Amino acid sequence: MNIIVCIKRVPETADADVIIDKSGKDIEKGGLAFDLNEWDSYAIEEAILLKEKLGGTVTVLSMGGEESNESLRKCLAMGADEAIRLTDPAFEGSDGYVTARILSEVIRKLPYDLILTGTQAEDDGYGQVGVALAEILGIPHASVVNRIEVQDNKVKVHRELEGGLEEVFEIDLPAVLTIQTGINEPRYVSIMGIRKVAKKEIKAYGASDLNLSPQEVGVSGSDIRLEKIFLPPVGEGAEMLEGKPEEIATKVFEILKDKGGLV
Amino acid sequence: MKEIMVVAEHRRGELRDVTWEMLSKGRDLVERIGAELSVAILGKGVSPMVDLLKPKAHRVLLVEDDLLENYNSETYEKVLTQIITDRKPYLTLIGHTATGMDFAPALAAHLKIPLATDCIGIEPEGESFLLTRQLYGGKVNAQVSFQKKGPFMITVRSGAFPAIEKDPLPGEILPILSSISGEGLAKRFLQYVEAAVGEVDITQADILVSIGRGIKDAENIPMVKELADLLGGALSCSRPVVDKKWLPKDRQVGTSGKTVKPKVYIAIGISGAFQHVAGMKGAGTVIAINKDPKAPIFSVAKYGIVADLFKIVPLIKDKIKELKKTKS
Ligand SMILES: Cc1cc2nc3c(=O)[nH]c(=O)nc-3n(C[C@H](O)[C@H](O)[C@H](O)COP(=O)(O)OP(=O)(O)OC[C@H]3O[C@@H](n4cnc5c(N)ncnc54)[C@H](O)[C@@H]3O)c2cc1C
Ligand SMILES: Nc1ncnc2c1ncn2[C@@H]1O[C@H](COP(=O)(O)O)[C@@H](O)[C@H]1O
Repeated sequence: MNIIVCIKRVPETADADVIIDKSGKDIEKGGLAFDLNEWDSYAIEEAILLKEKLGGTVTVLSMGGEESNESLRKCLAMGADEAIRLTDPAFEGSDGYVTARILSEVIRKLPYDLILTGTQAEDDGYGQVGVALAEILGIPHASVVNRIEVQDNKVKVHRELEGGLEEVFEIDLPAVLTIQTGINEPRYVSIMGIRKVAKKEIKAYGASDLNLSPQEVGVSGSDIRLEKIFLPPVGEGAEMLEGKPEEIATKVFEILKDKGGLV
Repeated sequence: MKEIMVVAEHRRGELRDVTWEMLSKGRDLVERIGAELSVAILGKGVSPMVDLLKPKAHRVLLVEDDLLENYNSETYEKVLTQIITDRKPYLTLIGHTATGMDFAPALAAHLKIPLATDCIGIEPEGESFLLTRQLYGGKVNAQVSFQKKGPFMITVRSGAFPAIEKDPLPGEILPILSSISGEGLAKRFLQYVEAAVGEVDITQADILVSIGRGIKDAENIPMVKELADLLGGALSCSRPVVDKKWLPKDRQVGTSGKTVKPKVYIAIGISGAFQHVAGMKGAGTVIAINKDPKAPIFSVAKYGIVADLFKIVPLIKDKIKELKKTKS
């Protein structure tokens, strides 16, 4: 079974102080830590679990700058066989559809039975690339998948719906599945593990290698344009409890008493 | 006349809330741009739902077919391609839900229609729309525009637009014959699997103490559990805590977990992603503890505390113990 996994390196913003940069279209990334997109860490783990069970290969793809090699290497250390990076200044500013389009061009050149992506990227949150990719490749798909069973040339998948209900489908291969968190427990990668794959070649392809003209990709090829970003008003309706920790604790106690939280 | 079309979302005989929200937003948009509102419903035996939809739109596009009994992206794409090709709606609205996420990107790619996903704001702007969506788990808002002329497609975040009652519209029913066949479907619906029932029903609790990824490790959970116990409440959590198997799935609050409405909800180390907030915004009083002053959870909180949970939670517990004692 040959599996392709699409991954993205994203900044870790949950804990960080996010600042809008001068362009007004991006955040300042300087001080931020980056990691593999959370959903993609489950996708790569799932691919490796399937490979361990059924044999075959796992190829990871990422569209991004040189720094993306770090995430690709993490996937190699987890057990992927090959890594390919799609990189070109012309790719910058690609929207969800164009990202899928670019990924599809390299995927067409590769052998595959199954393609895994994350359900969504932590940064742009489109929730779009995997499903659009399936359509561009002309193969079936299922999104928000939290269980996979391979049966010959089909897969049985569970899709996670609202309220924890699941929907089970049978899908012919090849297919694209977008993976939901919690489907497995992504393995830990040690620094030693990363070192072992440090020398492994990561192929890089640009627009011309993929027969894509600069007009069809990046900002010029995209239907969706980011005009500006801004910080949403946070905590407008909230009363912020301030003071010494002991004072805050007392206030919380009073609130709880008042709201019926203490009986 | 221009048409804005809402794709109704329903499951097991019931229309989902996002449908009313889209119809309400759609109504607002058609009134502002001078268009008509239609709603497409695909399914089998959906007439009770059609009755409910009628007053909400100028037209109900009704596709009844045995093959549409259960949602399947493949049949949905085929039928909606047919409808959109025929009627050329200026704008199609679809829910950004487990269902909408599953077919909208493919449908848009197939029809080569620009798609903006997970929108929380839609404003007419000349011959187009200006959209608001969120980046980085809700910490940043973005304004985005379409670069092409219409038709457009937008997926709408659940809960982003209120469902407002307005005087009824004609709701003319337009039956549409689908051209799908059961042969050669590459994706086949098999069954639903119900969410597992757990031992604790967090939806019944008056007080929920809820933890997120900020708890860092399973071994820190008892520290917060004690707070829940002191308050006579239950412990709930955000999704990553369940993904890491630190707590069972039945404790998860949010779109893919439970919807809770306790009197008091204390969110500890939870950033406030919309999928989480959707499950708890109905709570009476929300108290949020987070070390990040920009955490989106503070937008739904009544009271906010910017602090390290490992410092503040023990102090709150001590205070409760102390004051409980003096009272008794
Ligand atoms: C289809 C779909 C369905 C989903 N369904 C759900 C759902 O039902 N429920 C759900 O919760 N999520 C759901 N999610 C996931 C959601 O998008 C977020 O990823 C998730 O809610 C984030 O959880 P979190 O807030 O615990 O973690 P994070 O976003 O990582 O936030 C952790 C927070 O802890 C704070 N923190 C860290 N350390 C400390 C400290 N020492 N003291 C105080 N604060 C600290 C940080 O500042 C941060 O704000 C879903 C996603 C998808 C795509
Ligand atoms: N630049 C990229 N390179 C490779 N895969 C990507 C890229 N962007 C998105 N993806 C894949 O598409 C999924 C969904 O992303 P999105 O549609 O942007 O929310 C991610 O989890 C990745 O698997």
